[in-house]
Amino acid sequence: MSTATDTSAPTPGDTAPDHGLREGAFGNATALACRECGHQVALGPYYACPECFGPLEVHYAFPAVTREEIAAGPRNIWRYKALLPVPDDIEQSPNTEPGFTRLLRADNLAAQLGLTRLWVKDDSTNPTNSFKDRVVACALSAAIELKAQVFACPSTGNLANAVAAAGARAGIKTVVFIPADLEKPKQVNSAVYTDRLVAVNGNYDDVNRLASEIAGEEEGWAFVNVNVRPFYAEGSKTLGYEIAEQLGWRLPDQVVIPVASGSQLTKVDKAFKELVQLGLVEDKPYKIFGAQATGCSPVSAAYKQGHDVVRPVKPDTIAKSLAIGNPADGPYVLDICRASGGAVEDVSDDEVREGILLLARTEGIFTETAGGTTTAVLKKLVETGQLDTSLETVIINTGMGLKTLDAISDRVGPAATIDPSYAAFTGSGVL
Amino acid sequence: MAVSVRIPTILRTYTAGESEVGADGTTLAEVLDDLERHHGGIRARVLDDEGGLRRFVNVYVGNDDVRFLDGLQTPTPDGTQISIIPAVAGG
Repeated sequence: MSTATDTSAPTPGDTAPDHGLREGAFGNATALACRECGHQVALGPYYACPECFGPLEVHYAFPAVTREEIAAGPRNIWRYKALLPVPDDIEQSPNTEPGFTRLLRADNLAAQLGLTRLWVKDDSTNPTNSFKDRVVACALSAAIELKAQVFACPSTGNLANAVAAAGARAGIKTVVFIPADLEKPKQVNSAVYTDRLVAVNGNYDDVNRLASEIAGEEEGWAFVNVNVRPFYAEGSKTLGYEIAEQLGWRLPDQVVIPVASGSQLTKVDKAFKELVQLGLVEDKPYKIFGAQATGCSPVSAAYKQGHDVVRPVKPDTIAKSLAIGNPADGPYVLDICRASGGAVEDVSDDEVREGILLLARTEGIFTETAGGTTTAVLKKLVETGQLDTSLETVIINTGMGLKTLDAISDRVGPAATIDPSYAAFTGSGVL
Repeated sequence: MAVSVRIPTILRTYTAGESEVGADGTTLAEVLDDLERHHGGIRARVLDDEGGLRRFVNVYVGNDDVRFLDGLQTPTPDGTQISIIPAVAGG
Protein backbone atom coordinates (compact mmCIF):
# COMPACT_ATOMS: atom_id res chain seq x y z
CA MET A 1 0.00 0.00 0.00
CA SER A 2 1.25 3.43 -0.91
CA THR A 3 -0.25 6.60 0.44
CA ALA A 4 2.36 9.26 0.93
CA THR A 5 3.78 8.95 -2.56
CA ASP A 6 0.47 9.10 -4.43
CA THR A 7 0.36 12.70 -5.56
CA SER A 8 -3.08 12.31 -7.11
CA ALA A 9 -5.81 9.73 -7.12
CA PRO A 10 -6.21 7.97 -10.48
CA THR A 11 -9.57 7.96 -12.24
CA PRO A 12 -11.26 4.60 -12.93
CA GLY A 13 -9.67 2.90 -15.88
CA ASP A 14 -6.39 4.75 -15.45
CA THR A 15 -3.36 2.75 -14.57
CA ALA A 16 -3.73 2.72 -10.81
CA PRO A 17 -0.76 2.57 -8.45
CA ASP A 18 0.14 -1.02 -7.77
CA HIS A 19 -1.59 -1.90 -4.52
CA GLY A 20 -1.41 -5.54 -5.54
CA LEU A 21 -5.18 -5.71 -5.49
CA ARG A 22 -6.71 -9.11 -6.12
CA GLU A 23 -9.85 -9.56 -8.19
CA GLY A 24 -12.93 -8.73 -6.16
CA ALA A 25 -10.96 -7.09 -3.34
CA PHE A 26 -13.78 -4.61 -2.81
CA GLY A 27 -16.69 -6.85 -3.74
CA ASN A 28 -19.30 -5.13 -5.91
CA ALA A 29 -17.76 -1.67 -5.44
CA THR A 30 -16.75 -0.05 -8.73
CA ALA A 31 -15.21 3.33 -7.90
CA LEU A 32 -14.94 6.15 -5.40
CA ALA A 33 -16.99 9.21 -6.34
CA CYS A 34 -16.96 12.71 -4.91
CA ARG A 35 -20.16 13.53 -3.11
CA GLU A 36 -19.75 17.19 -4.02
CA CYS A 37 -18.74 17.27 -7.70
CA GLY A 38 -19.16 13.67 -8.84
CA HIS A 39 -15.52 13.26 -9.91
CA GLN A 40 -14.59 9.58 -9.81
CA VAL A 41 -11.33 7.96 -8.75
CA ALA A 42 -10.22 4.35 -8.70
CA LEU A 43 -10.78 2.20 -5.62
CA GLY A 44 -7.80 2.77 -3.32
CA PRO A 45 -6.58 4.62 -0.22
CA TYR A 46 -8.15 7.94 -1.20
CA TYR A 47 -10.65 9.96 0.77
CA ALA A 48 -10.71 13.53 -0.54
CA CYS A 49 -11.62 14.56 -4.06
CA PRO A 50 -8.55 15.77 -5.96
CA GLU A 51 -10.75 18.36 -7.69
CA CYS A 52 -12.62 19.99 -4.80
CA PHE A 53 -11.58 18.24 -1.54
CA GLY A 54 -15.10 16.82 -1.20
CA PRO A 55 -15.61 13.43 0.47
CA LEU A 56 -15.23 10.34 -1.69
CA GLU A 57 -17.93 7.71 -1.39
CA VAL A 58 -18.07 4.09 -2.57
CA HIS A 59 -20.15 3.40 -5.68
CA TYR A 60 -21.36 -0.09 -6.60
CA ALA A 61 -22.82 -2.23 -9.33
CA PHE A 62 -25.13 -4.29 -7.14
CA PRO A 63 -26.23 -7.71 -8.32
CA ALA A 64 -29.77 -8.91 -7.61
CA VAL A 65 -29.94 -9.62 -3.87
CA THR A 66 -32.83 -11.42 -2.19
CA ARG A 67 -34.10 -11.40 1.39
CA GLU A 68 -33.56 -15.16 1.46
CA GLU A 69 -29.89 -14.88 0.52
CA ILE A 70 -29.35 -12.33 3.26
CA ALA A 71 -31.26 -14.36 5.82
CA ALA A 72 -29.11 -17.41 5.00
CA GLY A 73 -25.95 -15.46 5.84
CA PRO A 74 -24.12 -15.28 9.17
CA ARG A 75 -25.65 -13.44 12.14
CA ASN A 76 -23.29 -10.51 11.72
CA ILE A 77 -22.74 -7.71 9.22
CA TRP A 78 -21.33 -10.08 6.61
CA ARG A 79 -24.87 -11.25 5.82
CA TYR A 80 -24.93 -7.95 3.83
CA LYS A 81 -21.50 -8.44 2.25
CA ALA A 82 -22.89 -8.08 -1.29
CA LEU A 83 -23.78 -4.49 -0.35
CA LEU A 84 -20.41 -3.65 1.24
CA PRO A 85 -16.94 -2.95 -0.24
CA VAL A 86 -15.54 -6.29 0.94
CA PRO A 87 -14.52 -9.49 -0.86
CA ASP A 88 -16.86 -12.45 -1.14
CA ASP A 89 -14.64 -14.51 1.18
CA ILE A 90 -14.64 -11.88 3.95
CA GLU A 91 -15.78 -14.39 6.59
CA GLN A 92 -12.50 -16.28 6.13
CA SER A 93 -10.25 -13.49 7.43
CA PRO A 94 -10.05 -12.94 11.21
CA ASN A 95 -12.27 -10.07 12.31
CA THR A 96 -14.53 -9.28 15.24
CA GLU A 97 -17.72 -10.34 13.40
CA PRO A 98 -19.82 -7.42 14.62
CA GLY A 99 -23.45 -6.62 14.04
CA PHE A 100 -26.88 -8.17 14.02
CA THR A 101 -27.39 -6.58 17.41
CA ARG A 102 -30.78 -6.64 19.05
CA LEU A 103 -33.67 -4.39 18.10
CA LEU A 104 -35.68 -4.03 21.29
CA ARG A 105 -39.27 -2.91 21.46
CA ALA A 106 -39.24 -0.15 24.09
CA ASP A 107 -42.82 -0.08 25.36
CA ASN A 108 -41.97 1.38 28.76
CA LEU A 109 -40.05 4.32 27.36
CA ALA A 110 -42.72 4.77 24.70
CA ALA A 111 -45.43 4.93 27.37
CA GLN A 112 -43.45 7.41 29.43
CA LEU A 113 -42.95 9.72 26.46
CA GLY A 114 -46.37 9.17 24.90
CA LEU A 115 -45.17 7.39 21.78
CA THR A 116 -47.25 4.76 19.99
CA ARG A 117 -44.39 2.42 19.09
CA LEU A 118 -40.69 2.76 19.85
CA TRP A 119 -37.67 0.54 19.23
CA VAL A 120 -34.10 0.75 20.45
CA LYS A 121 -31.39 -0.53 18.12
CA ASP A 122 -28.89 -1.53 20.79
CA ASP A 123 -25.36 -1.49 19.41
CA SER A 124 -23.80 -1.62 22.86
CA THR A 125 -23.67 -5.41 22.46
CA ASN A 126 -21.08 -5.34 19.68
CA PRO A 127 -17.68 -6.97 20.41
CA THR A 128 -16.14 -3.81 21.88
CA ASN A 129 -19.49 -2.41 22.96
CA SER A 130 -20.12 0.25 20.36
CA PHE A 131 -21.26 0.59 16.75
CA LYS A 132 -17.65 1.29 15.79
CA ASP A 133 -16.99 -2.43 15.39
CA ARG A 134 -19.12 -2.30 12.24
CA VAL A 135 -17.15 0.42 10.48
CA VAL A 136 -13.81 -0.91 11.67
CA ALA A 137 -14.56 -4.35 10.23
CA CYS A 138 -15.02 -2.78 6.79
CA ALA A 139 -11.92 -0.62 7.21
CA LEU A 140 -9.90 -3.67 8.28
CA SER A 141 -10.93 -5.49 5.14
CA ALA A 142 -9.78 -2.53 3.03
CA ALA A 143 -6.51 -2.28 4.97
CA ILE A 144 -5.78 -5.96 4.41
CA GLU A 145 -6.67 -5.82 0.71
CA LEU A 146 -4.44 -2.74 0.29
CA LYS A 147 -1.65 -4.53 2.16
CA ALA A 148 -1.34 -1.88 4.87
CA GLN A 149 1.27 -2.52 7.56
CA VAL A 150 -0.28 -0.26 10.19
CA PHE A 151 -3.94 -0.01 11.23
CA ALA A 152 -4.64 3.31 12.92
CA CYS A 153 -7.19 5.93 13.89
CA PRO A 154 -7.80 9.22 15.65
CA SER A 155 -10.63 8.56 18.08
CA THR A 156 -12.95 9.93 20.70
CA GLY A 157 -12.64 6.54 22.41
CA ASN A 158 -15.04 3.96 21.02
CA LEU A 159 -13.23 3.83 17.70
CA ALA A 160 -9.89 3.37 19.44
CA ASN A 161 -11.34 0.37 21.30
CA ALA A 162 -12.66 -1.16 18.09
CA VAL A 163 -9.48 -0.57 16.06
CA ALA A 164 -7.22 -1.92 18.78
CA ALA A 165 -9.31 -5.08 19.20
CA ALA A 166 -9.77 -5.72 15.48
CA GLY A 167 -6.07 -5.13 14.85
CA ALA A 168 -5.14 -7.62 17.54
CA ARG A 169 -7.46 -10.25 16.11
CA ALA A 170 -6.16 -9.67 12.57
CA GLY A 171 -2.53 -9.67 13.70
CA ILE A 172 -1.78 -6.23 12.27
CA LYS A 173 0.16 -3.49 14.06
CA THR A 174 -2.23 -0.90 15.49
CA VAL A 175 -1.62 2.70 16.55
CA VAL A 176 -4.54 4.62 18.06
CA PHE A 177 -4.57 8.33 18.88
CA ILE A 178 -6.92 9.81 21.48
CA PRO A 179 -7.39 13.15 23.25
CA ALA A 180 -5.40 13.01 26.49
CA ASP A 181 -8.47 13.91 28.59
CA LEU A 182 -10.51 10.94 27.38
CA GLU A 183 -12.51 8.94 29.94
CA LYS A 184 -10.25 6.41 31.70
CA PRO A 185 -12.37 3.35 30.83
CA LYS A 186 -12.07 4.14 27.13
CA GLN A 187 -8.29 4.44 27.49
CA VAL A 188 -8.06 1.08 29.28
CA ASN A 189 -10.41 -0.52 26.76
CA SER A 190 -7.92 0.35 24.03
CA ALA A 191 -4.63 -0.14 25.86
CA VAL A 192 -5.61 -3.66 26.82
CA TYR A 193 -5.37 -4.62 23.14
CA THR A 194 -2.34 -2.59 22.04
CA ASP A 195 0.91 -1.10 23.34
CA ARG A 196 0.53 1.79 20.91
CA LEU A 197 -2.15 3.99 22.44
CA VAL A 198 -1.05 7.60 21.93
CA ALA A 199 -2.63 10.33 24.09
CA VAL A 200 -2.49 13.74 22.40
CA ASN A 201 -2.63 17.03 24.27
CA GLY A 202 -5.64 18.55 22.53
CA ASN A 203 -9.25 17.90 21.64
CA TYR A 204 -10.50 15.40 19.08
CA ASP A 205 -10.20 17.87 16.22
CA ASP A 206 -6.53 18.35 17.10
CA VAL A 207 -6.03 14.58 17.11
CA ASN A 208 -7.83 14.30 13.81
CA ARG A 209 -5.61 16.93 12.26
CA LEU A 210 -2.50 15.10 13.44
CA ALA A 211 -3.80 11.85 11.95
CA SER A 212 -4.49 13.54 8.61
CA GLU A 213 -0.92 14.83 8.52
CA ILE A 214 0.56 11.44 9.43
CA ALA A 215 -1.59 9.75 6.78
CA GLY A 216 -0.13 12.10 4.18
CA GLU A 217 3.45 11.37 5.13
CA GLU A 218 3.77 7.76 6.28
CA GLU A 219 3.86 4.80 3.92
CA GLY A 220 1.63 1.83 4.48
CA TRP A 221 -0.68 3.25 7.12
CA ALA A 222 -4.41 2.65 6.92
CA PHE A 223 -6.09 5.28 9.08
CA VAL A 224 -9.59 3.88 9.24
CA ASN A 225 -11.33 7.25 9.30
CA VAL A 226 -8.86 9.14 7.15
CA ASN A 227 -7.38 7.49 4.07
CA VAL A 228 -9.67 4.43 4.05
CA ARG A 229 -12.66 6.40 5.34
CA PRO A 230 -14.84 5.72 2.26
CA PHE A 231 -14.70 1.98 2.99
CA TYR A 232 -14.94 2.42 6.77
CA ALA A 233 -18.02 4.62 6.58
CA GLU A 234 -19.92 2.03 4.55
CA GLY A 235 -20.01 -0.19 7.64
CA SER A 236 -22.61 2.08 9.21
CA LYS A 237 -25.03 1.13 6.46
CA THR A 238 -25.46 -2.20 8.21
CA LEU A 239 -27.32 -0.42 11.03
CA GLY A 240 -29.94 0.62 8.47
CA TYR A 241 -30.06 -2.81 6.85
CA GLU A 242 -30.53 -4.51 10.20
CA ILE A 243 -33.24 -2.15 11.39
CA ALA A 244 -35.23 -2.83 8.22
CA GLU A 245 -34.66 -6.60 8.31
CA GLN A 246 -35.50 -6.86 12.01
CA LEU A 247 -38.70 -4.89 11.49
CA GLY A 248 -39.72 -7.59 8.99
CA TRP A 249 -38.22 -5.99 5.90
CA ARG A 250 -39.80 -2.58 6.16
CA LEU A 251 -38.57 0.91 6.92
CA PRO A 252 -39.48 2.71 10.15
CA ASP A 253 -41.35 6.02 10.06
CA GLN A 254 -38.82 7.97 12.14
CA VAL A 255 -35.23 7.39 13.28
CA VAL A 256 -33.24 9.36 15.86
CA ILE A 257 -29.46 9.08 15.42
CA PRO A 258 -26.61 10.70 17.36
CA VAL A 259 -24.38 13.04 15.35
CA ALA A 260 -20.62 13.34 15.84
CA SER A 261 -19.03 13.51 12.37
CA GLY A 262 -22.49 12.79 10.96
CA SER A 263 -21.28 9.81 8.95
CA GLN A 264 -23.53 7.26 10.65
CA LEU A 265 -26.69 9.27 9.98
CA THR A 266 -25.86 9.70 6.32
CA LYS A 267 -25.10 6.00 5.94
CA VAL A 268 -28.35 4.85 7.57
CA ASP A 269 -30.13 7.03 5.04
CA LYS A 270 -28.01 5.54 2.24
CA ALA A 271 -28.87 2.03 3.47
CA PHE A 272 -32.60 2.70 3.43
CA LYS A 273 -32.37 4.09 -0.11
CA GLU A 274 -30.33 1.09 -1.29
CA LEU A 275 -32.87 -1.34 0.17
CA VAL A 276 -35.61 0.44 -1.74
CA GLN A 277 -33.50 0.48 -4.91
CA LEU A 278 -32.89 -3.26 -4.61
CA GLY A 279 -36.57 -3.99 -4.03
CA LEU A 280 -35.87 -5.44 -0.58
CA VAL A 281 -38.29 -3.05 1.17
CA GLU A 282 -41.30 -1.06 0.06
CA ASP A 283 -40.61 2.58 -0.73
CA LYS A 284 -42.16 4.86 1.88
CA PRO A 285 -41.39 8.20 3.48
CA TYR A 286 -39.27 8.26 6.63
CA LYS A 287 -37.93 11.07 8.77
CA ILE A 288 -34.39 11.21 10.11
CA PHE A 289 -33.52 13.22 13.22
CA GLY A 290 -30.01 14.09 14.44
CA ALA A 291 -29.04 14.33 18.11
CA GLN A 292 -26.22 16.43 19.54
CA ALA A 293 -25.09 17.65 22.95
CA THR A 294 -25.41 21.42 23.27
CA GLY A 295 -21.73 21.70 24.25
CA CYS A 296 -20.80 20.44 20.79
CA SER A 297 -23.75 21.17 18.53
CA PRO A 298 -22.46 22.75 15.32
CA VAL A 299 -24.91 20.80 13.16
CA SER A 300 -27.91 21.53 15.38
CA ALA A 301 -26.96 25.20 15.46
CA ALA A 302 -26.72 25.34 11.66
CA TYR A 303 -30.08 23.54 11.39
CA LYS A 304 -31.80 25.98 13.71
CA GLN A 305 -30.24 29.00 12.02
CA GLY A 306 -31.23 27.75 8.56
CA HIS A 307 -27.62 27.54 7.38
CA ASP A 308 -26.22 25.06 4.86
CA VAL A 309 -22.69 25.48 6.19
CA VAL A 310 -21.61 24.08 9.55
CA ARG A 311 -19.44 26.47 11.52
CA PRO A 312 -16.86 24.57 13.62
CA VAL A 313 -16.99 24.88 17.41
CA LYS A 314 -14.68 24.06 20.33
CA PRO A 315 -16.36 21.13 22.11
CA ASP A 316 -17.29 21.37 25.79
CA THR A 317 -19.54 18.47 26.76
CA ILE A 318 -19.54 15.24 28.75
CA ALA A 319 -20.64 13.47 25.57
CA LYS A 320 -17.07 13.01 24.45
CA SER A 321 -17.89 10.39 21.83
CA LEU A 322 -19.94 13.09 20.08
CA ALA A 323 -17.39 15.85 20.67
CA ILE A 324 -16.35 16.57 17.10
CA GLY A 325 -16.35 20.32 16.63
CA ASN A 326 -15.72 20.20 12.89
CA PRO A 327 -17.98 17.40 11.65
CA ALA A 328 -16.96 16.16 8.20
CA ASP A 329 -20.47 15.08 7.20
CA GLY A 330 -22.34 17.91 8.92
CA PRO A 331 -23.61 19.51 5.69
CA TYR A 332 -25.05 16.19 4.53
CA VAL A 333 -26.79 15.65 7.86
CA LEU A 334 -28.50 19.00 7.35
CA ASP A 335 -29.54 18.04 3.83
CA ILE A 336 -30.93 14.64 4.88
CA CYS A 337 -32.77 15.80 7.98
CA ARG A 338 -34.34 18.74 6.15
CA ALA A 339 -35.27 16.75 3.04
CA SER A 340 -36.82 13.93 5.07
CA GLY A 341 -38.90 16.24 7.27
CA GLY A 342 -36.81 15.48 10.34
CA ALA A 343 -34.73 17.86 12.43
CA VAL A 344 -31.48 18.22 14.36
CA GLU A 345 -31.82 18.95 18.07
CA ASP A 346 -29.45 19.30 21.01
CA VAL A 347 -29.64 18.82 24.78
CA SER A 348 -27.63 20.01 27.79
CA ASP A 349 -25.20 17.80 29.70
CA ASP A 350 -27.74 17.51 32.52
CA GLU A 351 -30.32 16.30 30.02
CA VAL A 352 -27.74 13.80 28.71
CA ARG A 353 -27.38 12.39 32.23
CA GLU A 354 -31.17 12.25 32.60
CA GLY A 355 -31.34 10.50 29.24
CA ILE A 356 -28.94 7.79 30.43
CA LEU A 357 -31.08 7.19 33.52
CA LEU A 358 -34.34 7.31 31.56
CA LEU A 359 -33.24 4.57 29.15
CA ALA A 360 -31.75 2.47 31.96
CA ARG A 361 -34.83 2.67 34.19
CA THR A 362 -37.45 2.17 31.51
CA GLU A 363 -35.75 -0.42 29.30
CA GLY A 364 -32.83 -1.88 31.24
CA ILE A 365 -30.29 -0.57 28.75
CA PHE A 366 -27.21 1.14 30.15
CA THR A 367 -26.06 3.54 27.47
CA GLU A 368 -23.07 5.84 27.34
CA THR A 369 -23.33 9.61 26.98
CA ALA A 370 -24.02 9.39 23.24
CA GLY A 371 -27.06 7.23 23.89
CA GLY A 372 -28.06 9.53 26.72
CA THR A 373 -27.95 12.35 24.21
CA THR A 374 -30.10 10.42 21.75
CA THR A 375 -32.66 9.47 24.40
CA ALA A 376 -32.82 13.01 25.74
CA VAL A 377 -33.19 14.42 22.23
CA LEU A 378 -36.02 11.94 21.59
CA LYS A 379 -37.75 13.29 24.70
CA LYS A 380 -37.17 16.88 23.62
CA LEU A 381 -38.42 16.22 20.08
CA VAL A 382 -41.64 14.81 21.56
CA GLU A 383 -42.07 17.69 24.03
CA THR A 384 -41.52 20.30 21.32
CA GLY A 385 -43.84 18.59 18.85
CA GLN A 386 -41.11 18.00 16.27
CA LEU A 387 -41.59 14.22 16.35
CA ASP A 388 -44.91 12.59 15.46
CA THR A 389 -45.84 10.41 18.44
CA SER A 390 -48.29 8.39 16.35
CA LEU A 391 -45.56 7.06 14.08
CA GLU A 392 -43.19 4.12 14.61
CA THR A 393 -39.83 5.40 15.83
CA VAL A 394 -36.37 3.84 16.19
CA ILE A 395 -33.54 5.30 18.24
CA ILE A 396 -29.96 4.07 17.93
CA ASN A 397 -27.97 3.34 21.07
CA THR A 398 -24.40 3.46 19.84
CA GLY A 399 -22.43 2.54 22.96
CA MET A 400 -22.16 1.01 26.42
CA GLY A 401 -22.63 2.94 29.67
CA LEU A 402 -19.79 1.17 31.47
CA LYS A 403 -17.39 3.25 29.36
CA THR A 404 -18.67 6.58 30.71
CA LEU A 405 -19.38 5.81 34.36
CA ASP A 406 -18.07 9.22 35.43
CA ALA A 407 -21.01 10.89 33.73
CA ILE A 408 -23.52 9.55 36.24
CA SER A 409 -21.51 8.03 39.08
CA ASP A 410 -22.47 10.91 41.37
CA ARG A 411 -26.15 10.61 40.39
CA VAL A 412 -26.74 6.98 41.35
CA GLY A 413 -25.69 4.79 44.24
CA PRO A 414 -27.03 2.98 47.28
CA ALA A 415 -30.49 4.10 48.40
CA ALA A 416 -29.43 3.29 51.96
CA THR A 417 -26.47 1.89 53.89
CA ILE A 418 -27.74 -0.32 56.68
CA ASP A 419 -26.69 -2.86 59.26
CA PRO A 420 -27.26 -6.51 58.30
CA SER A 421 -30.56 -6.89 60.13
CA TYR A 422 -34.19 -7.20 59.02
CA ALA A 423 -35.15 -4.35 61.32
CA ALA A 424 -32.56 -2.09 59.75
CA PHE A 425 -33.90 -2.96 56.31
CA THR A 426 -37.55 -2.36 57.15
CA GLY A 427 -36.58 0.88 58.79
CA SER A 428 -34.48 2.11 55.91
CA GLY A 429 -37.36 3.42 53.85
CA VAL A 430 -36.09 1.72 50.69
CA LEU A 431 -39.47 0.15 49.92
CA MET B 1 10.74 32.77 2.76
CA ALA B 2 8.48 34.24 5.42
CA VAL B 3 6.24 31.28 6.10
CA SER B 4 6.21 27.55 5.54
CA VAL B 5 3.17 25.80 4.07
CA ARG B 6 2.48 22.09 4.46
CA ILE B 7 0.86 20.72 1.31
CA PRO B 8 -1.61 17.79 1.44
CA THR B 9 -1.00 14.79 -0.78
CA ILE B 10 -3.71 15.66 -3.27
CA LEU B 11 -2.17 19.10 -3.99
CA ARG B 12 1.40 17.93 -4.45
CA THR B 13 0.93 17.73 -8.21
CA TYR B 14 1.25 21.53 -8.03
CA THR B 15 4.43 21.51 -5.94
CA ALA B 16 6.39 18.85 -7.84
CA GLY B 17 5.72 16.40 -5.06
CA GLU B 18 7.02 18.69 -2.31
CA SER B 19 5.21 18.25 1.01
CA GLU B 20 6.30 21.62 2.32
CA VAL B 21 6.99 24.87 0.46
CA GLY B 22 7.92 28.42 1.43
CA ALA B 23 5.79 31.47 0.67
CA ASP B 24 5.59 35.18 1.43
CA GLY B 25 2.66 37.18 2.74
CA THR B 26 1.48 39.01 5.83
CA THR B 27 -1.98 37.40 5.72
CA LEU B 28 -3.26 33.99 4.64
CA ALA B 29 -4.79 35.56 1.53
CA GLU B 30 -1.42 37.00 0.54
CA VAL B 31 0.29 33.69 1.19
CA LEU B 32 -2.21 31.94 -1.10
CA ASP B 33 -1.56 34.60 -3.76
CA ASP B 34 2.16 33.92 -3.50
CA LEU B 35 1.60 30.17 -3.66
CA GLU B 36 -0.39 30.71 -6.84
CA ARG B 37 2.48 32.69 -8.40
CA HIS B 38 4.92 29.83 -7.84
CA HIS B 39 2.57 26.86 -8.10
CA GLY B 40 -0.06 27.90 -10.64
CA GLY B 41 -3.49 26.38 -10.13
CA ILE B 42 -3.17 25.60 -6.44
CA ARG B 43 -5.30 28.53 -5.20
CA ALA B 44 -8.38 27.40 -7.12
CA ARG B 45 -8.20 24.07 -5.32
CA VAL B 46 -8.23 25.74 -1.92
CA LEU B 47 -10.67 28.59 -2.62
CA ASP B 48 -14.13 28.37 -4.18
CA ASP B 49 -15.53 30.49 -7.00
CA GLU B 50 -16.48 33.23 -4.54
CA GLY B 51 -12.95 33.40 -3.18
CA GLY B 52 -13.76 31.79 0.16
CA LEU B 53 -12.20 28.69 1.66
CA ARG B 54 -13.70 25.56 0.15
CA ARG B 55 -16.13 23.76 2.47
CA PHE B 56 -13.97 20.68 2.80
CA VAL B 57 -10.58 22.35 3.32
CA ASN B 58 -9.15 23.16 6.72
CA VAL B 59 -6.30 25.66 6.92
CA TYR B 60 -4.31 26.01 10.11
CA VAL B 61 -2.08 28.95 10.99
CA GLY B 62 0.12 27.56 13.69
CA ASN B 63 -2.14 25.26 15.68
CA ASP B 64 -5.35 27.14 15.01
CA ASP B 65 -8.04 26.56 12.40
CA VAL B 66 -8.35 29.89 10.57
CA ARG B 67 -12.14 29.61 10.82
CA PHE B 68 -11.63 30.38 14.52
CA LEU B 69 -9.30 33.26 13.64
CA ASP B 70 -9.81 35.84 10.88
CA GLY B 71 -10.20 33.46 7.96
CA LEU B 72 -8.25 34.54 4.92
CA GLN B 73 -7.29 37.75 6.72
CA THR B 74 -5.54 35.83 9.50
CA PRO B 75 -2.07 37.35 10.03
CA THR B 76 0.91 35.18 9.05
CA PRO B 77 4.01 36.53 10.79
CA ASP B 78 7.48 35.45 9.68
CA GLY B 79 8.21 31.90 10.66
CA THR B 80 4.56 30.84 10.76
CA GLN B 81 3.74 27.23 9.91
CA ILE B 82 0.62 26.92 7.75
CA SER B 83 -1.07 23.58 7.07
CA ILE B 84 -3.65 22.83 4.39
CA ILE B 85 -5.57 19.66 5.29
CA PRO B 86 -8.60 17.89 3.78
CA ALA B 87 -11.55 18.29 6.14
CA VAL B 88 -13.36 15.05 5.42
CA ALA B 89 -11.47 12.94 7.94
CA GLY B 90 -12.69 11.72 11.28
CA GLY B 91 -15.78 10.43 12.94
